[in-house]
Amino acid sequence: MAALRRKKKPKTKRTVPLIMRQGTVTPWLFVIPALIIIFIYIAYPTLYTGYLSLRNSDSSEWATAACREGETCWGVFENYRYALTSDVMLKSFRNNILWLVIMVPGVTAMGLLFAVLVDRVRYEALAKALIFMPMAISFVGAGVIWGFVYDFPVNPDNPNAPIIGILNAALVSLGQKPVPWLSSPPLINNLALIVVGIWLYTGFGMTILSAAIKGVPDELLEAARIDGASEWMVFWRIMVPLILPTITVVLTTMTIFTLKLFDIIYVMTGGNFDSNVVAVRMYQEMYINFEAGRSAAIAVVLLILIIPVLIYNIRRFQEQEAIR
Amino acid sequence: MNPQTRERLNKILGRIPLHVVIIILCLLWILPTLGLLVTSFRPVQDVNESGWWTVLSERGGNVAYETYCASCHGPAGDALPAADLSDPEFISQYRRSIQISATFNNEYDGEIHIPEDQRPNADELATILTALREGAEGEARPRFWLQNYIDVLAGYRGRLTYAADCEAGNIIPGQRECDFLTDATVSQAAMGRAFINTVIVSVPATLIPIFFAAFAAFAFSWLDFKGRQALFAILVGLQIVPLQMALIPIFRLYVDVGLNGTFLGVWLFHTGFGLPYAIYLTRNFLGSLPMEIFESVYLDGASAWTAFTRLALPLSIPAIASLGIFQFLWVWNDLLVALVFLGGTNPVMTYQIGNMVTSLGAGWHLLTAAAFLSFLVPMIVFFGLQRYFVRGLLGGAIKG
Repeated sequence: MAALRRKKKPKTKRTVPLIMRQGTVTPWLFVIPALIIIFIYIAYPTLYTGYLSLRNSDSSEWATAACREGETCWGVFENYRYALTSDVMLKSFRNNILWLVIMVPGVTAMGLLFAVLVDRVRYEALAKALIFMPMAISFVGAGVIWGFVYDFPVNPDNPNAPIIGILNAALVSLGQKPVPWLSSPPLINNLALIVVGIWLYTGFGMTILSAAIKGVPDELLEAARIDGASEWMVFWRIMVPLILPTITVVLTTMTIFTLKLFDIIYVMTGGNFDSNVVAVRMYQEMYINFEAGRSAAIAVVLLILIIPVLIYNIRRFQEQEAIR
Repeated sequence: MNPQTRERLNKILGRIPLHVVIIILCLLWILPTLGLLVTSFRPVQDVNESGWWTVLSERGGNVAYETYCASCHGPAGDALPAADLSDPEFISQYRRSIQISATFNNEYDGEIHIPEDQRPNADELATILTALREGAEGEARPRFWLQNYIDVLAGYRGRLTYAADCEAGNIIPGQRECDFLTDATVSQAAMGRAFINTVIVSVPATLIPIFFAAFAAFAFSWLDFKGRQALFAILVGLQIVPLQMALIPIFRLYVDVGLNGTFLGVWLFHTGFGLPYAIYLTRNFLGSLPMEIFESVYLDGASAWTAFTRLALPLSIPAIASLGIFQFLWVWNDLLVALVFLGGTNPVMTYQIGNMVTSLGAGWHLLTAAAFLSFLVPMIVFFGLQRYFVRGLLGGAIKG
């Protein structure tokens, strides 16, 4: 793992191939259009959102205006008091953490399991396509698919009411009572939603990890097997360490996906029954409560949570560049 | 059995658990989608009365008829001439199932119609009546039909079907003209219109970023300028900036300049947030091309422009294909951007489905059809171009 440690930059300046020197103006003509669009849509809004997060609900005054005497107030950071300490937001953070703790390792583990299993059979391509298919469809559509799986009878007290959700039908056939999966807070419904997330993203983890597994030299595995190592040991002692960098990629990417998660919750529960998450809350503050300041503050918090991954990605990129 | 055969047999037998695990997992994975697909083709009564997995078994009404009625009325319902259940006129006397239960205490030929302990309950009776009605009128409800798709395409939300309501002449001016093409393209709730809008959003929102990204990627990989490495490192970071950061400022900007609710606004927004990833992916590909080929064109006296259009662009088609698929699926499936910037002015499919789920409480038969309609294009793209899709996934980081 020494390669992962940052190397010192070589002291000599990297020489640029002669053919890349095409004047000082031409290169900029190629990049500037893209840079302008990126500036307008990412850079400027990010700064502006930062500014709005310090203003009040309709951005007409500083956020200090919302303070009332005798109540705790964070002055100009009043919106952050809401974003970081209010009950609603704390619940959303709790749910986001639940998602992180279950979905990120869940997707990685399931992805790894599938990648290892299908690597050994001839119908690998077909099996992979089936697992990967959810990645192609919309989260909204996935919400409909799973809403139907979790369907709960409208009047559960009627013993003859037909049960059309397959999960509850399975429960009933086992002699249990049907469960209102999406409206049983806080554990059951959040877990039910997380299952949807894992179902959606496992194909992603599988594809990336499968490519890494195929990159592990066969001789290495064979040598270990000849030395008498069990498949289990070969997997944990040789395979996993070798594909660790790829596992990290899946973990970090899934972390970002999970933090920004919106569609599944918006469609399936609308954030009700204690299932709200930060990204949905941000939307609701802006377009339902018309609290621009609070909404902006939540967006900034979201960005700050993502910054460590962002820095990590840049570092990883620079290391790869140094190897090239 | 010679030792060789035995060894091979052992090997095959030893692998059975592996196959079983894989097949079970795959089945579990497609089961939810299968349920959606089957349900989208089932008549509404069936969807509400029975689970989709029972689609191939006998209908509830027929089963209940067999249990409670067939012993006297006969399997076809015509065994008793005085009460011929296959006669439409006879059946039409019973408009509600409660009218049938009223006859249970009647005595026919000195015997009670149905003794108290052998009677069907209210739900079973209702299904029996439905089955009888359909049997008598000779037009049994099909197991599968396309009405759900017609309904969602035309934006129909009534209690029957679009076709039935239109046949009865129930035209609602401004909402339902009963001309399918008009309704599907004009009606506010129509998935037909939403489908067209989704195409209008997705195609330019895929092509525009690719266009700008190709230029920039060429400069980042094969042209030298000040701050090239630093700028590119920033782009790598920008890939994961959540688009939530831009929603409020861009929304206000759009309100000011009149871009709110327009396709142009959404195209540009997707371009802005698609560009960092697009440039990154294309540059990684272009940068891996051998330097010699560029040396040779420059030796021939070509300009940077020629090197780009004649060499870099044609060579990067595979990368552009992966990128295009990714961006296209991303935009096609997006809800948040469409929700904020298009809303109900130019509704796309994800928006319509979201609406059907959250507010209108449309039945599962309509929801599943609408959802599957929105899967059609992504499925075709995915299964047709899977190779490029996977390559794109492996080629770069992930956009936000």
